[in-house]
Amino acid sequence: MSTNNPAPEAPVQESSVQMPPARKVPAKQIPALEVRGLVKDFHSGGLFSRASVRALGGVDLTIGKGQIVALVGESGSGKSTLARCVARLEKPTAGQILVNGINVLKRDRFQASKEYRSQLQMVFQDPFGSLNPVHRVEHFLTRSLTLHGKAGTADELRIRLDQLMTTVGLTPDMLNSYPHELSGGQRQRVAIARALAVEPDVILADEPTSMLDVSVRIGILNLMRQLRDRQGISMLYITHDLASARYLADRIAVMFAGEVVEEGESLDVLANPAHPYTRLLVSAVPDPARTGSYDPADRAALRAAVMESASCVFDGDRQQRCSVTEPVRHLVGNAANRHWVRCHLYRPTAAAAGHALSSDPSASIAADGSLTESKASA
Amino acid sequence: MTVSQTSFGSHEPVLEIKDLTVKYRGDTRSTTAVDRVSFSIGVGEIFGLAGESGCGKSTIANAIMRLLRDPAEISGGSIRFGGRDVLSMGSEELRRFRWQDVAMVFQSAMNSLNPVMTIGDQIVDIYTTHAGYSRKESLRRAAELLELVRIDPARLKSYPHQLSGGMRQRAVIAMAVALKPSLLILDEPTTALDVVVQQEILAQIKELQHELGFSVLFITHDMSLMVELSHRMAVMYGGRIVETARAKHIHTAPQHPYTQALMGAFPPLTGPRVPLTGLPDGVKFSNIADLREVSPGHFVSPLPVLQGAQP
Repeated sequence: MSTNNPAPEAPVQESSVQMPPARKVPAKQIPALEVRGLVKDFHSGGLFSRASVRALGGVDLTIGKGQIVALVGESGSGKSTLARCVARLEKPTAGQILVNGINVLKRDRFQASKEYRSQLQMVFQDPFGSLNPVHRVEHFLTRSLTLHGKAGTADELRIRLDQLMTTVGLTPDMLNSYPHELSGGQRQRVAIARALAVEPDVILADEPTSMLDVSVRIGILNLMRQLRDRQGISMLYITHDLASARYLADRIAVMFAGEVVEEGESLDVLANPAHPYTRLLVSAVPDPARTGSYDPADRAALRAAVMESASCVFDGDRQQRCSVTEPVRHLVGNAANRHWVRCHLYRPTAAAAGHALSSDPSASIAADGSLTESKASA
Repeated sequence: MTVSQTSFGSHEPVLEIKDLTVKYRGDTRSTTAVDRVSFSIGVGEIFGLAGESGCGKSTIANAIMRLLRDPAEISGGSIRFGGRDVLSMGSEELRRFRWQDVAMVFQSAMNSLNPVMTIGDQIVDIYTTHAGYSRKESLRRAAELLELVRIDPARLKSYPHQLSGGMRQRAVIAMAVALKPSLLILDEPTTALDVVVQQEILAQIKELQHELGFSVLFITHDMSLMVELSHRMAVMYGGRIVETARAKHIHTAPQHPYTQALMGAFPPLTGPRVPLTGLPDGVKFSNIADLREVSPGHFVSPLPVLQGAQP
């Protein structure tokens, strides 16, 4: 199939930045996973209601081969909806999902095919729920291998199983264990081994460490990094933990109200956050090393900038004119980092139900005009 | 600076726990959830208790409040609060002790609000039951209380489901400090919340603490959060305290390998990306020895034997 299918549902938006080539590979290489203008509306109301809530408002995201991209944002920002759409657990309203340059929404129209599952695998948040308690570890891995025709003869299977266990840092004798005999970290390793069994190009990891005890989290992150470095597996790492995103990912994409508002090289995004929402997130992460502390007035200003931005600091950008209607992307800093931010003037149209900012105490007070008072008392 | 920082180091503990041992008794075997734990919290001090799930930190909190039920049993040690022995309190004394002297905010406390009562009614309940105010007076105080945590007093008429998670958690904290307790126990107060909201709740607690001057026992597994908020902290493992010191000292120079692993589990937000190593799966510490002072105010359990380490 050709890479540039003239799809009927054309991307909603033009990306102003060239899609990033993967690290250490020729620039023209096709990305492992590409999402173009993905829109997802959820039906709401009664049976005959036509109302809908827009959870994703045109998301563009690219993961190069052998690259880990972290998708960060608060609950309700749409990051899990994006993951569910990419995993083909939800049917997107519009947009394209390309794996190795092939539009999979067109190839397998109604549900994910076995071919798609062999290209893209998932690791879920809860390793206690994602492993069937009545089976031994061996069963999960053997089943993956058999279903995708990678089992071979009995001897080959045995070798393959041992290899998988060693790859994820477990001992082969644990193949005979039941999930309840393993710790949370070990269970998550089994879940990763199961994903690896089909030799996927992309692994979708939705908060893989948030249910684990803190002391073993870093081990799982190191394993994911190792898989990227040694086997060149690309990953979409979905998390709300900015510190771990910075530790693991090559690039960070920040989601707010169903849109990606900023993306770039991890260290650069966290060091020079350009979007007010990113700045708000970064400033909220506890960091013992940080000097200075919480300033309520600063944060109120940041909130205001996120919700009701009136000006854009990139006003006068010669390459990209600011726009209130178009989601223009401005390049931030050194072009090598391909760090862009969406124009502050443009606000997502998505209803964005229930993101944390709406719970702002000052916002609710602002309704009766006493916001200044609350700031003054702070 | 905050009250607590100025009074830090005063030898006037609000809460003093000595050799507390809590066992969960089963038919065939019993588990020691808390094993000879001792610590004290000074006036206006924020004391952090860190550790993973199952290390006994919530059991300690429940023991202080005398909330432990069968099969849990306090089998040794003492808990003294302002000179009084908590473990020998009668039911009427205990009733006054809870809420008035010590208040507790539970993990996901925002779900502990009564869904069929308005926020206002629930706060009024506290005042009429524990302080004996009239309904009118209670309502006035309830409005003040909500203002204290920056919730619009008009919200008194709201039901819990009409508030966001952050607002509900704030309301619960307001209720906890309603009777001006001298100790507030916070058991993972922000675990269920988003980072931005979490930061604000904690800033709120700091502010309230500054205003009202209570002491805090802060329980969490998030080390970076704890270091940022607490003055002194203790790290627990398997029912024992393995290290205790000023939070800043533990952050800059953790001594015990378990503390180091916990610290290593939180990548820094600045500086170069350095590889970190957490605790390998299956590593267990056993026979944790009593604490020894390695430097003034810094106590560490002597290095334990590593068992079952994996490559």
